[in-house]
Amino acid sequence: MSRDHIRELVVLSGKGGTGKTSLTASFALLASKAVLADCDVDAADLHLLLTPMVEQRHAFMSGHEAVIRQQDCTGCGICLDSCRFDAIRKEGAACRIDPVACEGCGVCHRLCPAKAIDFPERVCGEWMVSGTRCGPMVHAQLGVAAENSGKLVTTVREQAWAVAVDKRIPLIISDGPPGIGCPVIASLSGVSLAVVITEPTVSGLHDLQRLLALARHFSVPTAVCVNKWDINPQQTERIEAAAHAAGAAILGRIRYDRSVTQAQLQQKAVVELDAAAGNDIRVIWKQVTELL
Amino acid sequence: MAESTLEKPFRIAVASGKGGTGKTTVALNLAAMFGEPVQLADCDVEEPNVNLFLRCDQLTPTEVTMLVPEVDQQRCNGCGACGELCQFRGIVAVGTRALVFPELCHGCGGCALVCPTGAITERPHRIGTISTGQSGAIRLIEGRLEVGVSLVPPVIRAVREQLQDELPAILDAPPGTSCPVVATLRECDYLLLVTDPTPFGLHDLKLAVALARELNLPCGVVVNRAGEDLVGLYGYCRSENLPVLLSLPDDRQIAEITSRGDLLAHALPEYGLMFAELAEKLKQELGAAGGRP
Amino acid sequence: MNTIAFTTAGQELAAALDPRFGRAANFLIYDTTQKSTRIIENQQGRSAAQGAGIQAAETIVRAGVDTLVTGHCGPKAFKVLEAAGVKVFNCNAATVDEALHELLAGRLTAAENSDVEGHW
Repeated sequence: MSRDHIRELVVLSGKGGTGKTSLTASFALLASKAVLADCDVDAADLHLLLTPMVEQRHAFMSGHEAVIRQQDCTGCGICLDSCRFDAIRKEGAACRIDPVACEGCGVCHRLCPAKAIDFPERVCGEWMVSGTRCGPMVHAQLGVAAENSGKLVTTVREQAWAVAVDKRIPLIISDGPPGIGCPVIASLSGVSLAVVITEPTVSGLHDLQRLLALARHFSVPTAVCVNKWDINPQQTERIEAAAHAAGAAILGRIRYDRSVTQAQLQQKAVVELDAAAGNDIRVIWKQVTELL
Repeated sequence: MAESTLEKPFRIAVASGKGGTGKTTVALNLAAMFGEPVQLADCDVEEPNVNLFLRCDQLTPTEVTMLVPEVDQQRCNGCGACGELCQFRGIVAVGTRALVFPELCHGCGGCALVCPTGAITERPHRIGTISTGQSGAIRLIEGRLEVGVSLVPPVIRAVREQLQDELPAILDAPPGTSCPVVATLRECDYLLLVTDPTPFGLHDLKLAVALARELNLPCGVVVNRAGEDLVGLYGYCRSENLPVLLSLPDDRQIAEITSRGDLLAHALPEYGLMFAELAEKLKQELGAAGGRP
Repeated sequence: MNTIAFTTAGQELAAALDPRFGRAANFLIYDTTQKSTRIIENQQGRSAAQGAGIQAAETIVRAGVDTLVTGHCGPKAFKVLEAAGVKVFNCNAATVDEALHELLAGRLTAAENSDVEGHW
């Protein structure tokens, strides 16, 4: 399939915990056929709802880390004095690097007079291609203390595109990263539509406006829905008015409904249960398909 | 106000594997019902929102800086040694000069060390602000990252440096389990993990517990939005020997109060009592764990 | 204006213009005197965890390009390109071909600043 026939939808939220993954999983179920991309690598939870069977695993490398070859270290301490990150300790006759504290700057590697410090690429996690009940899925898992980055998001999206082309699936749905930083930009650029899900809270409006401004810069059409709208109807109206003013389509509202938690517990998408919130999402999905 | 019942004031970090579990709500209400003067440190420096609830109006700001390179273009011969060393594109040689990008610099100082013409010196560059204030018995310390800066850990370190040793402290950690969280947990005595009983919550709790184990930090759990289906979560906590210190019901009043920016413990006294109990349990846990060495 | 770079995921003039600069897959280089094209992969830019734009700008400068046509160029990349004397043109054409025509017809104006702010 030509890349021109493939549409990509990304679901974003600004702050975490606003129902982004639940909405993405529901979209995945409602779309008859889609490739799923989990770009929310900090809290990669989509797999908990879609229970993927992993078919391929690949190491994900990013940046470098310094490693001292103990047998070659003379214990001179030059590295220790030059490290600004407090990552090097003297242990007995040799120095050792704390991998969690190492910033990967390479200064010690450069300065070591005994050339005893290696500077290999750092393994930060892995990315996987899996099968789920709603179609193929590309996702990733980071190691402890590793961070999501534009590079990892770009990797996940590219693999999702490759799968879509290969299996002739015309739609990609990605669960976007939280925040508004580099990973979000990497998830947003060039997509057909960004759906922003937000809650009617004090911080929700602020985050939403920053996201919409970001999308506008990348000429990505946006659409907004408010989750748990009925916990604060006034704030919901303020958010919708701000979204409208920023040129976003208003998709609808999702009510506060405990079934959302129930669905998670049963490892299902909300729309797989007979739930009021699920009906709200069906209405929203219909709007999304028209915008796509 | 009562004297501290503890021999040594302890530091408790409140964290969760992901955002939106109610971490800040727990940190705030625990501080509000602590029963003695306490420090509350907002270490979620990318999105600090503790003060949206505390509303201290008299904040005293101090700058957080990091050393970044400055190039004397007269001396620079464009050799490119700085750019080759820099792993973060903080400095780049173009033609016969070197360009500095302070927002990408990690402050390692390597470029100044390798410059053969001595064209590079270092100067402080603002990466964030620390503000302190007082709200009743709570001393607030808030870290805020400068917009456009991505270096979170040094700002968190600066927040920790503002903590006074003679007062107990509660640290509201950033979400996740990455470097900023590790920076928050350094020198803490206890980790309070906030989770919800969903598979998401449990999955992220496991990641956070793995981190706590790696750092040798004792930890306990607060369950938020506890519904009927707690078997999986409680089973996990039992098997890992994690005490569940507080369980907050799935009550939409909590969501409503928090969405308005109000403090739960003040708006609903029955919840206030629950947080006062949590404070007592933590003091016992910390007594048993021995406090900070 | 002799050597023009376009951001694209494809390989030829008919391919789509990529609105991204730093994380674009390829740069299509068009030589106006020879009327020939070649492809440079943006391998290093895309594999940078941060500073992708700066890395991509270095690649462009090293390739001897004097003009860049892309969707959006961030402030850091712009600073590098400006220092090296590369002119930047922002364009929202669908394909490289269309962008080239607009450029040659004089319908694009050189950017004096990055068109996107802050930390991108």
